[in-house]
Amino acid sequence: MAELFHRKIERTAIGFVLAIIAAASVGGIIEIAPLFTIDETVEEAPDMRPYTPLELAGRNVYMREGCYACHSQMIRTLRDDVDRYGPYSLAVESRYDHPMLWGSKRTGPDLARIGGKYSDIWHVAHLTNPRDVVPQSNMPSYPWLARTSLRTDDLGLHLAAQQLIGVPYTDEMIANAARDALGQALPDSDYAAGVQERYGDEAQISAFDGVTTELTEMDALVAYLQVLGTLTDAAYENTVAPEEAPNAEDLAAGPATTSGGR
Amino acid sequence: MMVSQLTRGERQGSILIAAAVALCGLALAIAGRNDPLGVHGAFVLVGSVALIAFLLSRLDSPEPDVSRRPSEYYDDPIKVGIALSMIWAVFGMFVGVWVAAELAWPSLNFNTAWLSFGRLRPAHTTGVIFGFGGNALIATSFHVVQRTSRARLAGQISPWFVLLGYNLFCFLAVTGYLMGLTQSKEYAEPEWYADLWLVVVWVTYFVLYLRTIARRKEPHIYVANWYFMAFIVVVAILHIVNNLAIPVSLGHAWSYPIWSGVQDAMVQWWYGHNAVAFFLTAGFLGMMYYYLPKRAERPIFSYRLSILSFWGITFFYMWAGSHHLHYTALPHWVQTLGMTFSIMLLVPSWASAGNAILTLNGAWHKVRDDATLRFMFVAAVFYGLSTFEGSFLAIRPVNSLSHYTDWTVGHVHAGALGWVALITFGSIYTLVPSLWKRERMYSAALVEVHFWLALIGTLIYVFAMWNSGIVQGLMWRTYTESGTLAYSFLDSLVAMYPYYIARTLGGFLFLLGAIVGCYNIWMTVRASPAAAETALKDLPDARWAEGTATTPAE
Ligand code: HEM
Ligand code: HEM
Repeated sequence: MAELFHRKIERTAIGFVLAIIAAASVGGIIEIAPLFTIDETVEEAPDMRPYTPLELAGRNVYMREGCYACHSQMIRTLRDDVDRYGPYSLAVESRYDHPMLWGSKRTGPDLARIGGKYSDIWHVAHLTNPRDVVPQSNMPSYPWLARTSLRTDDLGLHLAAQQLIGVPYTDEMIANAARDALGQALPDSDYAAGVQERYGDEAQISAFDGVTTELTEMDALVAYLQVLGTLTDAAYENTVAPEEAPNAEDLAAGPATTSGGR
Repeated sequence: MMVSQLTRGERQGSILIAAAVALCGLALAIAGRNDPLGVHGAFVLVGSVALIAFLLSRLDSPEPDVSRRPSEYYDDPIKVGIALSMIWAVFGMFVGVWVAAELAWPSLNFNTAWLSFGRLRPAHTTGVIFGFGGNALIATSFHVVQRTSRARLAGQISPWFVLLGYNLFCFLAVTGYLMGLTQSKEYAEPEWYADLWLVVVWVTYFVLYLRTIARRKEPHIYVANWYFMAFIVVVAILHIVNNLAIPVSLGHAWSYPIWSGVQDAMVQWWYGHNAVAFFLTAGFLGMMYYYLPKRAERPIFSYRLSILSFWGITFFYMWAGSHHLHYTALPHWVQTLGMTFSIMLLVPSWASAGNAILTLNGAWHKVRDDATLRFMFVAAVFYGLSTFEGSFLAIRPVNSLSHYTDWTVGHVHAGALGWVALITFGSIYTLVPSLWKRERMYSAALVEVHFWLALIGTLIYVFAMWNSGIVQGLMWRTYTESGTLAYSFLDSLVAMYPYYIARTLGGFLFLLGAIVGCYNIWMTVRASPAAAETALKDLPDARWAEGTATTPAE
C-alpha cells in the first residue's frame, strides 16, 4: 500500500520536492521557533552592556584569525568544566553576540571567563609568541597584531549595523565610536572619560598593548579578551549546582538526570 | 572543449552573462576600494573578462549540429567538473596535512597571517567539502540524472554557469579566509556577497535539475535522484536561513549575522549538522545508489529499504542538530530532542549502508578483484561505522566526554575520509572510463595502490584521533583523591603531540593516494579512445544498462 503510494510520488518531480520540503521543515521549526518565544530561554540580566567599539573591533580580529577554531566560549554545566573555567555559561551572556562564538573544539582552553585572569602584558607577550610564556604551547604566534594599526574610521558603521539587528547601541555611541575606541586605549587622553560615560564605570580603560602612541589590533584584541565573562554578573548569582560528569565506567547507563538548566 | 558544443548564439549568450558578472565585479571593486571586498571585486572582474576574451576568440569556431542534441548526452561539463574536483582534492588535503602539521610543529605558522592555523583551517574544510565534494556532487549528479532519465541535460549554458559559478564561490571563500574574511560559522564561513552569489548559482542548479528530470523517458524517478534532489533543495534552505546577515555597508566585506547567542547557536548547528546530512550524506548516497550497483552489475538489494532510508534521513536529520550543544546554555528540552532523534537516525542510516552491502551479495569475488568496487564497499562500511559512532556520540553522557576533544575530529574524518572521499573515488573510477569512452582506467594497479594508501591513511588518522580524544576527555575530568582536578589543561595538550604527528602521517598517505589517482585519471584521459562500440551503448535513447541500475529490485 505504502509502496504503491510511493510509486505515485516518484512520478512527479514537483510533488517529490514538495514532500522533501515538508518532511525536512518540521524538525527545524519545532526546535528553533520556540527559542524566540519562550521567555526562559534567555535569562534576565539588567546589568548587561554591549561591547565597546574597541572590544567589538577586537572580537572581529578574534574571528578573522580563527581563534574560535581552537577555543570555545561555552562552559558546560559539568562539574569539571566549572571547576576548571568558572561558573557555567548562561544564554544571556552571549545575547549580543552576532554571531555567537561558542566553538566546537578545545585545542586550547575555554575563554568564556578569561577576562581579568591574566594581565594585559601577559596577553601581549602570549599573542606575540605563545612559547615565550608557555613553552609547550602549539598556538600560532600573532606578531603582526602589534604592528598593524586598527581601522577606526568605519567603527560607527559597525555599531550601526549591530543596532539594526537589535544590539542596544545608542545613536550617541554610534556617533562617538571612533573616538571611544581611541579613548579606551589612551587612559590619559580627553577621550577616555567618554567611554565610561557611555559604557559604564566598569569599562576598562588601559594602554592594552603598552604603547599609547598608536592604536593597534593588539589593543583591540586584548581589550576584547579582558572583557570576556565580565559583561554581566548573572552567572555568578546563579545557585543551581553543576552536573557531575558521569564516570567513564557508567557512560552507557543513560542520560544524566539533573537538568542542565538554571 | 568548453565551447565546441555551443552554437554561436549560445556563445553570445554566455558572453552576456559573463559581462553581467564582470559588472558586478566592477561594482564590488569600486564600492569596496578601501576594503578586502575590493580585492574580491577585482578578482571577479579579471576572471570574467578573461572568460569573455576566451569566448570571443572562439566565437567563430565550428558550430555543433543542433539536430543531434536530443540523441546525445551533454558530458563536457561533467568532465571539467571531475577535473576540478580532483584539483580541489589535492589542494584541500594538502592544506589538511599542513594544518595537521601546524598543530604538531607550531613554527610552521611562519609568523605569517595567511599561513596561520586559524585562517588555513577553514581553507581546508571548504577545500575538501565544497571544492572536492561539491564538484564531485555536481559532476556526478549531471551524469546520473541524464543516464537514469535517459534524457539530455535541459540546458546548454546553465550547466556551465552552475559549475563555474560554484567554483567562483569556492574561490572567493578560500581566498577570503586567507585575507581574514569569515563569518566564523563553521562550514558557512564565506561572507554575504559570496553567499548571495551561491544562491543565484544554486537556484539555477535546482531549475536545471528539475527540468532535466521532467524530460525523463522513464515514468519513475530513480532513487539516486531522490537523494540529489534532497541535497539541492535542503542545502538551499539551510544556506539561506543560516547566512542571513547585515553587511557593515555595501563597501564592506564584513557582516553581522542577524541571529545572536543561543538562537544563533541553534540555527548554526541546525545548519551544521544538516550540512553533514544533505551535503556529506544525501548527495553521496545518490552517488552510491547509482555507481555501486552499476559497477557490481547487480540491482539494488531492496527498493523498500531505499524508501525507508530516504524518508527517515530527510525527516530525522533535521531534528538532530542540537546534539552539538549538549550541556550548553541551550534549553534542556532541545538537547533531549536532538539526542532522541540522533539515536533514531541510526535506523535509516543503517538501512542505506545495509542496502549497499547486501547489493554486493553474490558479487564478493568482484569486490576482491576490483579495487574500484572495493572503494565503494569500504565506503559503505565506513558509512555504517561513522553513523553508529555519531548516534553514540549524540548520547548526552558520552558527549560530555567527547565534546570539544579530538574524538569529534576522529568521527568527522571517519565519515569524511572513509565514507565521503572513498565513495567519491570509487564513483570517479567508474565514471572516468565511460565518460571518456575508454575501456578501463589506465592502470588497475594504481587504483589498487590508491585504495591501500587511502585505507591505511584513514585508519591511522582515525585511530590517532580516537586515542587522543579519549585521553584528552578523561584527563580533563580526572580528579585527585582530595577532590581537585588532576591535570592542568597544558598536561592534556602535551599528551596530544604524538597523536598529532601520527595524524599528519595518516593524512599524508591519504593525500599521496589522491595524487596517484590524479595521475591515473590524467593518463586515462590521454589514452586513445576505445572501440566506438562501447561508446554507442551510452546514448539517451538506448537502454544502456538493461536490468541494472535503472530499475530497482522490488
Ligand atoms: C589528507 C587528509 C586530511 C587531513 C590531514 C585532514 C586534517 C584536518 C585537520 C588537522 C583538521 C583540524 C582539526 C582540529 O582543529 O583539531 C581538520 C578538520 C576538518 N576536516 Fe580534515 N583532513 C583531511 C581530509 C579531509 C576530508 C577529505 C574532509 C571532508 C570531505 C575533511 C573534513 C574536515 C572537517 C569537516 C573538519 C572540521 C572538523 C570539526 O570542526 O570538528 N578533512 N582536518
Ligand atoms: C547517524 C548519523 C550521525 C550522527 C547522529 C552524528 C552525530 C554527531 C555528533 C554527536 C557529533 C559531535 C558534536 C559535538 O560534540 O560537537 C558530530 C560531529 C560531526 N559529524 Fe557526525 N554524526 C553522524 C554522521 C556523520 C557523517 C556520515 C559525517 C560525514 C562526514 C559526519 C560529520 C560530522 C562532522 C563534520 C562533525 C563535526 C562538527 C563540528 O564540530 O565542526 N557525521 N556528529
